[in-house]
Amino acid sequence: MDYNLLIGGSAGQGIETLGFLLEKSLQRNNYYLFSNKDYMSRIRGGHNFTKIRFGTKEIYSHKDALDFIVAFDETTVKEHRFRLKENGLIFLDESLRENTPDVSANMVFLPMKESASNLGNARVLNTLFFGSLAKAFDLDLGIAKELLTEVFKKDILELNQRALEAGFKLEVPAVPVEKPRDIGKRILINSNQGIALGALAAGLTFYSAYPMTPSTSIMNFLAENQKRAGILVEQAEDEIAAINMALGASFAGVRAMTGTSGGGFSLMTESLGLAGMTETPLVVVNVQRPGPATGFPTRTEQSDLSFILTASHGEIPRMVTVIRNAEEAFYKTARAFNLAEKYQMLVILLNDQYLADANQTIEPYDFGKVSIDRYIESGLDADVYNRYELSGGHISPRILPGFIPGKTVLADSDEHNEHGNITESAEIRVSMMDKRMGKLRMLESELEEPECLGDESPEILLLGWGSTFGTLKEAVEILKREDLSIGALSFGDLWPLPIKKLEQMAEGAKQIINVEQNYTGQLAKLIRQETGIKCTNSILKYDGRQISLEEIVSGVKEVL
Amino acid sequence: MDILNPFECSEEKAWCPGCGNHALLEGIKRALFELEKEPHEVLIASGIGQAAKLPHYINTNGFNGLHGRAVPPAAGAKIANSDLTVIIHTGDGDSYGEGGNHLIHNIRRNLDLTHFVHDNQIYGLTKGQASPTTGKGHITGIQTEGVQLEPFNPIALGISLDCSFVARTFVGDQEHMVETMKSAIRHSGYALVDILQPCVVFNKVNTFKWYKDRVYHLERDHDVSDKVEAFRRAQEFGERIPIGIFYVNEKPTYMESVEYISEREPLVRKKLDPKSAVPLMDEFY
Repeated sequence: MDYNLLIGGSAGQGIETLGFLLEKSLQRNNYYLFSNKDYMSRIRGGHNFTKIRFGTKEIYSHKDALDFIVAFDETTVKEHRFRLKENGLIFLDESLRENTPDVSANMVFLPMKESASNLGNARVLNTLFFGSLAKAFDLDLGIAKELLTEVFKKDILELNQRALEAGFKLEVPAVPVEKPRDIGKRILINSNQGIALGALAAGLTFYSAYPMTPSTSIMNFLAENQKRAGILVEQAEDEIAAINMALGASFAGVRAMTGTSGGGFSLMTESLGLAGMTETPLVVVNVQRPGPATGFPTRTEQSDLSFILTASHGEIPRMVTVIRNAEEAFYKTARAFNLAEKYQMLVILLNDQYLADANQTIEPYDFGKVSIDRYIESGLDADVYNRYELSGGHISPRILPGFIPGKTVLADSDEHNEHGNITESAEIRVSMMDKRMGKLRMLESELEEPECLGDESPEILLLGWGSTFGTLKEAVEILKREDLSIGALSFGDLWPLPIKKLEQMAEGAKQIINVEQNYTGQLAKLIRQETGIKCTNSILKYDGRQISLEEIVSGVKEVL
Repeated sequence: MDILNPFECSEEKAWCPGCGNHALLEGIKRALFELEKEPHEVLIASGIGQAAKLPHYINTNGFNGLHGRAVPPAAGAKIANSDLTVIIHTGDGDSYGEGGNHLIHNIRRNLDLTHFVHDNQIYGLTKGQASPTTGKGHITGIQTEGVQLEPFNPIALGISLDCSFVARTFVGDQEHMVETMKSAIRHSGYALVDILQPCVVFNKVNTFKWYKDRVYHLERDHDVSDKVEAFRRAQEFGERIPIGIFYVNEKPTYMESVEYISEREPLVRKKLDPKSAVPLMDEFY
C-alpha cells in the first residue's frame, strides 16, 4: 500500500493543522510517511498545499500522482484533479458543489460548513475533516483524540473534541487499507528540525541568525527550546551581524552556528573569509531557495553550490556538505561541529526548502552515536602563546581566551605571523597560506563517498546531490525493474569532492546523467573540474518545485 | 610608563609619529592596569583602520576582524563568556559609517561592552576622505566641493537610543581620558565613548590646537540621569566642545535580562553532553 494524499486550500484556512493532525495520526498508526509542503510567499490567501504519502513500506520521497485530494476550496480541485488517479477520491465541502465544474462520482461531498456552524465555530472545519478522514482510513480514534490534547489549547480543546466526533460520524466511503505491522517508535521530523537537534546534541550553545525563509524553522526550534537546553538564540540585526556574532562566540569558546538562505548567505561571504583567515571554527547552514536576489522565497532549488564552493574573496579552506534526508541531518550536523573544531575551519551545511519542509518518519536519533570532540588545549608550556604556531603542521594548538592566566589569544583578519600580529612578510604569507589550505588534504581522509543506489557497475549512471536522494533511490528501483542497468550516486560531501566511487563507476558507464534542481548543472560542472569526467546528459529542473519520482523516471527514458 | 604594566607589548606600532592613537593606547593600558585587570581577562575587538590596529600593541586577547564589524564578534564573545571584559576599539568610519547598523542595535542590545571610538573626523587609512563625523564644507580629495552631508552626532545618537553610558573625551587630556575609560569599563552595560583623536596627516581642520581651543569639561554638577539636558549638551559641537560623561542610564544588561542564563556560570563553561538533548526529541514521536 502506498497512498498519496493532497490537502489544499488558501493560507489561513487551517490546512496546516489538518496536515499535522493527519500526519501524526498516520505515524502513530504505524504507517511510514513522507510529506512535503508547497506554499506561497503570503500570509493569508493564495494556494497552498501539503502532500502526504503514506504506506506500509519505507517511503523516501514525494510523488505526483494522487490517490486523494482534500480540498478546502475550488482552486485545489481545479489545480490538482488532473493528477488524481482513476479510482482516486476528492473530499470536499458540500458548499463547493455549486461552483465546481464537472462534478464527478469520485467527489465525496461532506457537510462540513453546516456541521461547523452546528458546533458554533467555523474554525473547526479542519478537525471535522480530520474526523472524517480518520474514519475513511480506519485510523484509531483514541490516537486521534490524544492528538487533539497535544495540539489545541484548553479553551478550544473541548470544541475540537466534539468536532472530531462529529466528523467521525459523517458518512464517508471506506478506503481499502492494509493494516500496518508495529514498526516500533518512530519520529516524524523534517531536516531543519534534524539539523537543530543535531546541533544541540553536538553542544551548540549559541545560535545567531536573521530570519529568512526557509531557514527560519531551525531558529524557531532552537529558540523554543533554548531555555530547556540552556543555550542562547539571538536574532541579529542582519546576516552580517549573525555570522560575526557566531564567530566571536566561537572564538570565545562555545559551539556556535548561524543559518540562513541564499540571500543572507551572500551577505555573509566576507565573514566566511574571516573564519578562514582567523581559523575560527564555524558551522554555517544555508537552506537553499531559488535565487538570484529575492528569487522564489518559499520554493526550492539547488543552485547555490557553485557559489558556495568559492564564496569569499581570496582562498580559504572550507568543507561543504549537503543534507540528503531528515535522518542524515542530525548526524551530519553533529559531525560538522567536530570537523570544524578539529580543523579550526569553516563547515558549510547545505539544505533546501524541499527537505526543510518535508516530514519523514524515521528511527529516533541515536544520541549515543554523537561524540563531542573539542580539540582545545587546557595548558601550554611556552611563555607566549602563539595562536598560529606553524611547527604543528596545519593545525595550531587552540586555547580559549580567559582560561589560562598569563596566556592571551590574538586572532587577526590581516595576514599575520604565528602570534597573530599583522605582517607583510612574503615568506610568512606563503607559510600561512600553505598551513591553511593544507587542511583540505587532511580532510580528504574524513570524506564520505557518495551513496550508491542500484547497480554498482551500471551502464547508466545517475548523479545527484542532497534532497534528490530519496527520489533517485525510488526512481532507480523502478527503472531497474524495467531491466535497465542503472545505478546512481547521491553526493553528501561535496567539498572537497570525494572521487573514488565516482571514478570507479564512471569508467564502466555508457551514459552519465546528472539530475539537479538548477539551470547550469552545478554538480556536473564540479565533477568535470575535479575529475575531467563529463556527463553525457542532464535532467535539470528549476521551476521552484522539487523533481518527482515520475519526472526522473520519464526523464531518464527520454534521454536514453 | 609603568614597566610593570602587564598590558605592555613590544610590537612595533604602525602609526604616524604624533598620531593621537599613541596617547590613546597608553591610556587604555593605564586604565586596565589601574582597574587591576589581568591580560587574560580582557578581550579587545576591532575592525579595520588605524584604530583597529590597537589589539596588536597591547598584551591582551584580541579579535581584529573586518571593517565595520568589530561590534558583533565582541557581542558574541561576551555572550559566550561573560567573565571576559570586552572592549571595542574602532574608528569613526568603522563604527559610524560601515558598521552603523551594528552600533545602533548593540546599543539596544545592551550587552556589557565598552566601545571606544577613535574619532578623528577623517578617514586616515584610506588617505583623507570624509568620515561620517567630518564637518560640513570640509574639502577632501573626494568631497571636492566640501562635505555636503550633515555630520553624524554619536553622542546625540547614543542618548536618543537610551544607551546606558555615553561619554566623550580627548586624547590631549590624558587624565580625563583615562578616568573616562575607567568609568566606561566599570559601567555595567553598553558604554559608548567618543574619543577626539586628531589625525596629524589628513585632517588639517580638526587639529590638536583646534580641539584644545574648544574642549571643556562638563560641569561637576551635570546630571547624567537627565536625558533631555544630556541631549541638549550633545548639540554643542563647534566653538565649544564639552567632554565628560553625558548620560548614564542604569538598566539590566542583556545577559542579566536573560534570567535562565544569568543565574548560571558563563555559557562557555557549560558541560556538554549529547544525551542532555534527548528529551528535546519528545515532540516528534
